[in-house]
Amino acid sequence: MEQNHPTGGERLIQCLEREGVEYIFGLSGGAAMPIFDALLDSKIKLILVRHEQGATHMADGYARSTGRPGVVLVTSGPGATNTVTGLFTALMDSAPIIVITGQTISPMLGKDAFQEADVTGITYPVVKHSYLVKDSNDIPRVMREAFQIATSGRPGPVLIDVPKDVGQGPCSAPFTDEVDLPGYVVASRGKAENIEEAARFLNQAKRPVLYVGHGAVISGASKAITTLAEKLRAPVVTTLLGKGAVDETHPLHLGMMGMHGTAYANKAVADCDLIMSIGGRWDDRITGRLSDFCTNAVKIHIDIDESEFGKIVQPDLAIHGDARLVIEDLIPQVEMADTADWLARCDRWRKKYPLKYRKQGGLRAQHVLDRLDAITAGEAIITTDVGQHQMWAAQFLRVRSNRHWLSSGGAGTMGFGWPSAIGAQFGNPDKKVWTVVGDGGFQMTSCELATAQIHKLPAKCLIINNNFLGMIRQWQEMFYDNRLSGSDLEGNPDFVKLAQAYGVKAWRIRRPADIDRILEQAHAYDAGPCVVVAEVVKEDNVFPMIPAGASVAEMLVEKPKKKLDKPEGST
Amino acid sequence: MSAVTPLEPAVVQPTHTISLFVNNKPGVLVRVSLVFSRRAFNIESLVVSPAAEGRFSRMTITCSGDPDILGQVVKQLAKLVDVVHATDHTGDQAYETEIALLKLECPLDERTHILQVAEHYKARVVDFGAESLILQIYGSSEKLDAFTDLLRPFGVAELVRSGKLLMARGKRMT
Repeated sequence: MEQNHPTGGERLIQCLEREGVEYIFGLSGGAAMPIFDALLDSKIKLILVRHEQGATHMADGYARSTGRPGVVLVTSGPGATNTVTGLFTALMDSAPIIVITGQTISPMLGKDAFQEADVTGITYPVVKHSYLVKDSNDIPRVMREAFQIATSGRPGPVLIDVPKDVGQGPCSAPFTDEVDLPGYVVASRGKAENIEEAARFLNQAKRPVLYVGHGAVISGASKAITTLAEKLRAPVVTTLLGKGAVDETHPLHLGMMGMHGTAYANKAVADCDLIMSIGGRWDDRITGRLSDFCTNAVKIHIDIDESEFGKIVQPDLAIHGDARLVIEDLIPQVEMADTADWLARCDRWRKKYPLKYRKQGGLRAQHVLDRLDAITAGEAIITTDVGQHQMWAAQFLRVRSNRHWLSSGGAGTMGFGWPSAIGAQFGNPDKKVWTVVGDGGFQMTSCELATAQIHKLPAKCLIINNNFLGMIRQWQEMFYDNRLSGSDLEGNPDFVKLAQAYGVKAWRIRRPADIDRILEQAHAYDAGPCVVVAEVVKEDNVFPMIPAGASVAEMLVEKPKKKLDKPEGST
Repeated sequence: MSAVTPLEPAVVQPTHTISLFVNNKPGVLVRVSLVFSRRAFNIESLVVSPAAEGRFSRMTITCSGDPDILGQVVKQLAKLVDVVHATDHTGDQAYETEIALLKLECPLDERTHILQVAEHYKARVVDFGAESLILQIYGSSEKLDAFTDLLRPFGVAELVRSGKLLMARGKRMT
């Protein structure tokens, strides 16, 4: 009897339940109604957002902070196209999210029906994989495949486009645990001979550096890398997204490398005789000018994605495998090394070029973030938006544990910070979650204050307000004769009043003397979301800085006296 | 940086032949072609056909470009969920062939030379009309190029080529 079969929409929700999904971040609409209707009878909770981009970043924040996939449900047309930025963000940073989009009825596909968009077509370049479901009976298979693909190997976003008739029609297909994907092979352990060769290189190195990227975070390699670093007595540097894979208060940790990394991390990278990437992809923000990058060092590259080998840097040795498994296999093969001279040199750099800022003459973002580090003491999950505040947060917040630092790295998506904190808070109800955002990025997704407020979600938002797109202003000051074009955000709202309009608790910090008191109050506040607005000096710059496409030798540790040439590198 | 963008690449890039074994599903061709277009690689010929097992298809793609970047392109093709395997056959031991159809518009009394060339190249006349004829020829892409060039002075009205087909010799996988 056909009546006994669930609808496609009901089957889809049942599949999500089987996958252990707790939350769906979404916004309803006509074409997605069969699925939203089925959701009413499910134990999965719908987090109703105010804009679909917010839903994608919430799912992303949930996924990055928990390691479990985040799920988004939106409608067709504009609902679906609003997820493109979130898909791109998740793809660039390898975050497992599943985006389910409603679609017009199948007979109307390609006929410009109301709210019809070629969503699979629009999203091909920003997904790991995607499906246009044409038959309700394909739903169980598609859902299982989608979760398998999103979460395994190098994780990434998967989009599932579901025409309304497919959601409404009966689905008689049983659940399936089998996945038949002949084109999808996931690496696990590295080849034994590669690991032996890596051990030989490491055992010969006098000045090794471990360069830790997001792949290390994703594979849960923290313990293995810390053990390896301690055995080798090798300093550790991380990428922006690698923060937290190794406790940043560990004596071997030199902090973040790259464009706005610490001077001592960059000097160690420039001077090392071996650099081993553990789940990093030699991004242009890391390497600067390639012809000057680690010219005399042996380069080892560990990655689960084979297409990363030789993409930017040709490694002396590539190990294709999961970061944690490769490092675990490597540990017994390396010998205790004597790197005392090398570590002493790194420590001299650490003392000579510390991160610094002025505590006088107005409120400084660095000061606020330095204190946030002290008050959160490594126990909070921190998310960021994109820009100056992001780099200051990366410099001053020392992340102690894995999956406690979420930032849009590859995509550099403004608007990521606040919704990702909401997603992280849903996934981690027992943890404190802070986001650090700028005034520009916050306004791109500030409507999600409502989403947090409805659920009395205690996520905390620190707005570093300098009334500028600060990083753009910094570049214009340094490289474009201070000709400010499109970087002044005059007309910003009063963010305290904006928060209050949503019923959200808010404080303002104007003076350095207020920092601790207000941050402590906000940190302790758990009756709902809260906002702290730090009204910082308008014109401050992030240092150290290696101009795009330059080398470590050209690193600026403070504001240069003379005018600089326009950078050769990308943005 | 020069103010004038050259219209033609300064160096002639070698031609590569890539074969792909892919799922026979909608959208696969778009996913494959996007890998090329993102790196600004021009696909010169593309042949898609069902494989021995119907759920899979074969794609044979010729393109030209920097060999290092192309190596990256092949890795990114292999990474696609729908691509079972991707191989660059450039320089391999492989059997290659292609078919071309040429339409020549010429009256009956001017065909002697054309037919001589066709016979020499073992091309077949597959349509012999009053005002035009169609020749069919197969063989290596280079042979087809030479044949076409020889006939150009007689006025090639239409040319349709299948694109290169390739199969690895012996036990090697295509």
